[in-house]
Amino acid sequence: MTIPVAPEMEIAATAQVSALGEWMEMGRDKIDEVKMAVVEACINAFEHSATPDHKVELAFRVGAEEGGRGPYLEVDVTDAGHGFDPTRLRTPEIAAALRSSRKRGWGIKIIESLMDDVRIESGEHGTRIVMRKYR
Amino acid sequence: MSETLKVVVDRPDVNVAVLRTDGYINNTGGEEIARQAYTLLGSGVNRLLLDLEKTKIVNSIGISILIEILEKLLDQGGKLAFCRLTPTIEKTFQIMGLAQYARIFPAPEPALAWLRGETE
Repeated sequence: MTIPVAPEMEIAATAQVSALGEWMEMGRDKIDEVKMAVVEACINAFEHSATPDHKVELAFRVGAEEGGRGPYLEVDVTDAGHGFDPTRLRTPEIAAALRSSRKRGWGIKIIESLMDDVRIESGEHGTRIVMRKYR
Repeated sequence: MSETLKVVVDRPDVNVAVLRTDGYINNTGGEEIARQAYTLLGSGVNRLLLDLEKTKIVNSIGISILIEILEKLLDQGGKLAFCRLTPTIEKTFQIMGLAQYARIFPAPEPALAWLRGETE
């Protein structure tokens, strides 16, 4: 699905997560964790990518690892913006945030904490965040 | 699509207030909570309970505004408590470390008792 960079469009993406998660009999709390991660990936793209086409692409996959961790829901969130170096991200700390005017920058930390596997591919032509949650 | 946040304010004590939210806590939702909270802080409240029973989703921009409210309360020697969080919202608060500076309760009553200093 493609969503425009516009207020609250990230909520539209979460409806797909609910539908797929329920179909694959993922627990309610895990579905909510995927929804939260998708919201964070979308608003990251909205806020920081400066994507010239003002769009964010999402792809949803249901699959299973044979002999592995079983069924999973995977979501890609892709923008065509200027990209960033994931190795240079600073991990925010609440104690520092309370003493500073900078209180944001939590998105990637939240995504990595809520999802089982996260891969970030970013370059000068855009960013793709691939997030997987096992059932 | 609109997920406009509604906030209902209750003031059970002169220095204690409850903000009950209904809807998505994003940037605009967080700003609405902050507007109500700062009005209360200006009128003598320094103990706030945020009851999120009717909020099923938040984002990190909204939570960063809650951190600003927490900072102002702590500066005034106040306290912040949350109650009736979804498991995912509570987990997110734990991930961010918010729970180190604000208390999370399953229901309003123990939260209010803690804010009034009746319990540890």
